[in-house]
Amino acid sequence: MILVRRRAGGLPAGPARVARTHSHELSTGDRVLQWVSGAAATVPLAGLLFITIILVVWAIPAIIYSGGTFFTSDKFFIGNFYNPNFSSVNGVVAPFGANYGALTFIIGTMTSSLIALVLAVPISVGGVLMLSEWIPRQLEGPLSTFLELLAGIPSVVFGFWGLTVFGPFLGAHVFPALSHLGVILPFFKGSWAYNGQGLLTASLVLTLMIIPIIASTTRQLVRRVPVLATEGALALGMTKYEVVRVVTIPYVRTGIIASALLGWGRALGETIAVLLIIGMANNPPVNVYGTTSTLASTIAADLDSALGDGTGMAVRAMALLGLLLLTMSLITNLAGRLVVRRISSDALPVGRGV
Amino acid sequence: MHFRWVVVSKAPRLRHIRGVGFWILCGLALLLIITPAAAIVISVLVKAAPALKWTLLTNTTQNIQNPGLQNAILGTLALSLGVVIVAGPIGILGGIYLAEFAPRRLGGTLRFFSEVLAGVPSIVIGLVAYTALVVALHWGFSILSAIIALSLLTLPYIVKTTEVSFTQVPRSLREAAIALGLSRITTIRKVLLPPALPGIISGMVIALAISTGETAPLLYTASFSQSNPTAGLFHNPIGYLTYVTYYYVQLPGAQNQALASAAAAVTILLVLLLIFGGRAITARQRKMVARLDV
Repeated sequence: MILVRRRAGGLPAGPARVARTHSHELSTGDRVLQWVSGAAATVPLAGLLFITIILVVWAIPAIIYSGGTFFTSDKFFIGNFYNPNFSSVNGVVAPFGANYGALTFIIGTMTSSLIALVLAVPISVGGVLMLSEWIPRQLEGPLSTFLELLAGIPSVVFGFWGLTVFGPFLGAHVFPALSHLGVILPFFKGSWAYNGQGLLTASLVLTLMIIPIIASTTRQLVRRVPVLATEGALALGMTKYEVVRVVTIPYVRTGIIASALLGWGRALGETIAVLLIIGMANNPPVNVYGTTSTLASTIAADLDSALGDGTGMAVRAMALLGLLLLTMSLITNLAGRLVVRRISSDALPVGRGV
Repeated sequence: MHFRWVVVSKAPRLRHIRGVGFWILCGLALLLIITPAAAIVISVLVKAAPALKWTLLTNTTQNIQNPGLQNAILGTLALSLGVVIVAGPIGILGGIYLAEFAPRRLGGTLRFFSEVLAGVPSIVIGLVAYTALVVALHWGFSILSAIIALSLLTLPYIVKTTEVSFTQVPRSLREAAIALGLSRITTIRKVLLPPALPGIISGMVIALAISTGETAPLLYTASFSQSNPTAGLFHNPIGYLTYVTYYYVQLPGAQNQALASAAAAVTILLVLLLIFGGRAITARQRKMVARLDV
């Protein structure tokens, strides 16, 4: 294990540290650069704080208004703007009949992202193992281009494809076959939209979107598996599969868990693709094909109409949805980054795994 | 050292069957990555092929007979330019600090939160930019609020690639600079920057690819404009490519669908061009750095 940890330690012997140990008097120019660049380096942290504070401040009235029903009610209604009467709770005034229950969106977000995660992890790991163990060197480069391709495709293009090509295909050819599973698993029973819009299509597209995140990490770690250990295992007479199971998988496991957490965060927050594909129904999905909506897609879709609220409360309800979404993605991200700290920080991608 | 007994099945035939089964599943997984990736690009291009005409470049989306993408393309370029101007210097300086100046602890903390910022959903950034800049500061739907939202989104990526580019400069160059008694700033400008530059540029290019493909942070900051972008950072909505796909694909009618697919194709081509261009620069840099290492 000691050998393993050291090998995974990221960049070879940090050259930055060499310069530091030999550091001499800093000139005035050096000091200026040090302070200016130091200020620039705090901007991401400041941005993160700014995002959190703004959302909390904006969401407070909506928190007071909705209270616990935010988590328990699946009825989200921004209120009747044309009714001369208003609803008022604890002194906070909102349009008549406004009810900010986010349960539908919480269910939609969790189900769509978890289905995507459960599918993406084995596909990414299996695909990378195939790529590194069986595909000849000359083909590995061209084939891994497809991973970069998948990472580079913009979210709206995924949505476009899901809405016009993939969804109708699933609705016509795949869902009819899947519905036979309904005999054993009841949530596969029932009807679906003719164009495939709904939870399962959205989850499948999300799967494609987070594969690059998990696969790129796995690929980097698989390359670093100590040769001695794999060769030793082969020399013991293990088959290639057993070497993977006994040496490779344990070595990359932590990285897979970390990148899966990051991928989960990405799936939770995905907006435009999900908005176009999931059907944007204001109710939890009735079956696995059912239409529903997520936190992120609701913010994007409803902020427009929320702008028409004279009391301003609808926008604050959107901020509350955003705050919940931010909390969820921060938890997955912090967890992922902390898990990976134990092995190596440079293996995890920043951004979409490009 | 920690050892663990691993029990492999004793029957050789069973062991092989298991292995074959496992590798068939892995092959299937690889197919499930390659096929959709190819299918998306091909089907978008095929769908868009009839709509790809020169008028796309000369007309705006406003044109009723023959709508084009001029305003969206120019808008996307303007926003990208804004990201280069705003996020570029901040990100590059931040990366330099993390690579060259930061004490271990502080550097680790700043790096960690920068990476966490990269995980914030883009719609959340858009929502915050909307509430803070568009509403609270009365900027209105504006180019500047959109640029700031996109910059926040791409900043962690630029910081990371800059830092990595600097730390990958061979140690021998640093040692030479120290031996010459060069000041830190001269070392960075004259010794470290030249070999690190391609890496920084490729990071910027890929950051641009990310911002070109984004929609969610722009919906409520840039809003959308049917006419070409004009000067003026405040109260000035601007068009961009991804919105055209997002909006027109939801409208009925062959013309709207054609416009949506054309915009999708142009976006995808632009983004892939940037990504693979960035990759090519990185590959060249690796070769150069390897040559420099004595």
